[in-house]
Amino acid sequence: MRFLGYLIRRIVGIAAVMIGVSVITFAISHVIPTDPAAAALGDHATDEQIAAFRAEYRLDRPLVEQYVTYATGILHGDLGRSIRTRRAVVDDLVDSFPATLELSFTALLVAMLVGVPAGVWSALYRGRPPDLIVRLLALAGGSIPVFWLGLIVIGLGYYQLGWFPGGGRIDTFVQPPPPRTGLYVVDSVIAGDLDALRSSLLHLVLPALTLGYFSTAVIARMTRSSMLEVLGQDYMRTARAKGLRERVIVVRHALRNALIPTVTIIGLTFGSLLSGAVLTETIFSWPGLGRYATASAVSLDFPAVLGVTLLAAVVYPLANLVVDVAYYWLDPRIQHG
Amino acid sequence: MGRRAPILREPLNVIALTLIAAFAICALLAPLLAPYDPLAQTLSARLEPPSAEHWLGTDSLGRDIASRLLYGARISLVVGVVVVALAGVFGTIVGLVAGYAGGIADEGLMRLTEVFLAFPPLILAMAIAGALGPSLTNAIIAIAAVTWAVYARLARGQLLSLRRREYVEAARSIGASPARILARHLLPNAIAPLLIQASFDMGAAIIAAAGLSFIGFGAQPPTPEWGVMISEGRNFISTQPWLSLFPGLAILFAVGAFNVLGDGLRDVLDPRLRRAG
Repeated sequence: MRFLGYLIRRIVGIAAVMIGVSVITFAISHVIPTDPAAAALGDHATDEQIAAFRAEYRLDRPLVEQYVTYATGILHGDLGRSIRTRRAVVDDLVDSFPATLELSFTALLVAMLVGVPAGVWSALYRGRPPDLIVRLLALAGGSIPVFWLGLIVIGLGYYQLGWFPGGGRIDTFVQPPPPRTGLYVVDSVIAGDLDALRSSLLHLVLPALTLGYFSTAVIARMTRSSMLEVLGQDYMRTARAKGLRERVIVVRHALRNALIPTVTIIGLTFGSLLSGAVLTETIFSWPGLGRYATASAVSLDFPAVLGVTLLAAVVYPLANLVVDVAYYWLDPRIQHG
Repeated sequence: MGRRAPILREPLNVIALTLIAAFAICALLAPLLAPYDPLAQTLSARLEPPSAEHWLGTDSLGRDIASRLLYGARISLVVGVVVVALAGVFGTIVGLVAGYAGGIADEGLMRLTEVFLAFPPLILAMAIAGALGPSLTNAIIAIAAVTWAVYARLARGQLLSLRRREYVEAARSIGASPARILARHLLPNAIAPLLIQASFDMGAAIIAAAGLSFIGFGAQPPTPEWGVMISEGRNFISTQPWLSLFPGLAILFAVGAFNVLGDGLRDVLDPRLRRAG
């Protein structure tokens, strides 16, 4: 019951933050010095066309009224109409979200599968070459510009080696699988289409490695330091004294406890994944939210930019909430005050 | 090792400080160090690989990449310093005021920081920079706007843990004004975590500004900004990779140095946060 109360308080808190978020995104769109109507219609638009456009998108109403319209719309699932694509922003978001989800999820999976063992390895070889290598790679991962890494990875994996495609979600000559989840890999499996599966997996490799490097570095660092802390505990000495095999000691006793802080970090890297996705998707022509956001911002399409920003700001606290719940299950000693 | 400053005991910290010093020297002395004008186009010497004449090669307009990198250090250093100064000062003031005032002001200001922290930084920065119009100045404002909230929370947390200390009570009892207590007693004692954060944010600001410039929302060509340079080399990645390679390495080393410094400062200044190892 105590947990339920905590959960409700958190959800109410997130709702309050969302109101603030919508006020800020809305405010940003209205300090635009350039006229969005003129930008959408081009230089040759007549005054009448611009006036009609402003009326259609309610750009001629007072700010408070525009915000109330906007906020009411959000609550009804209406984020306005994109000036660039001329479609409902919600439809655009729904179309591009699965691509971002597939890419971010794969990147996170790579990060966990590489980061946790790397951190453990580093801790077990503390101060020796494997530790040094992992620490340097982790340092680089936290300092490397993701857009540059993407270019280098394309240069190597696509141009030099020719092993992987350099952009897009699937080969142009391969029919995308019928959409069920919007995730090409999952949909290919459902459809039993091996060509689509192979092509979509290959297309994921380079962008997922690029996007996942930062999270891998963070997870490896966190796992390393919490492993070192756990390895120094009394119960580790007890396990050794009992004559348990090293493997059992490391996996059952040390790693299990060391993973708790790592889970929190995974939640916190979610925000950086979304930020990184903007640049990664732009480099790899990945048709997700990030590329949609960039293209929209370039053309001053503020309903679209607001939509992406709002969605991102909802997803991030929700991801952290999910992580906190997972944390609670992992370690019931934690009391949420 | 005896008398050496604690931060210099770790070799990695020494390397980082050396890199930061080199970075600052390049930035300050760029006009003296650069062999060529960073904007001068020599169309007869386009896309030349690194050579004795052009150490890091030339770009698609025949500009000397080494000279552009040196001038780029200037821009990146200014971006880092200005972002951290703007965000650090503004955030710290907000945090101190919230912590000192307490009550509704505290509640309201902290909710505001939560709102800002809910956005993935680059997406919000892109929206702000896009709205203000693409320029380096606007990119700096946008990055500062997504950075300040962390300082507010750090400063407030420090203040709350310090305000009940005896020396603060003592200052208050002898009639020191709130402003004096904040400035003379609380801030100096609260500064360690702020400094650590500032070091990390120098790096983060440099990367963010380069990223915004790369997608067109920051510095504009022909400015020799590192993100712009990477973007200009994008179409030559398979044939003349040095165009993008060197500015990327410059970012990697500059940001890496500030991150190592941040870790080093944390180990020295805040033993409670010290990472194992």
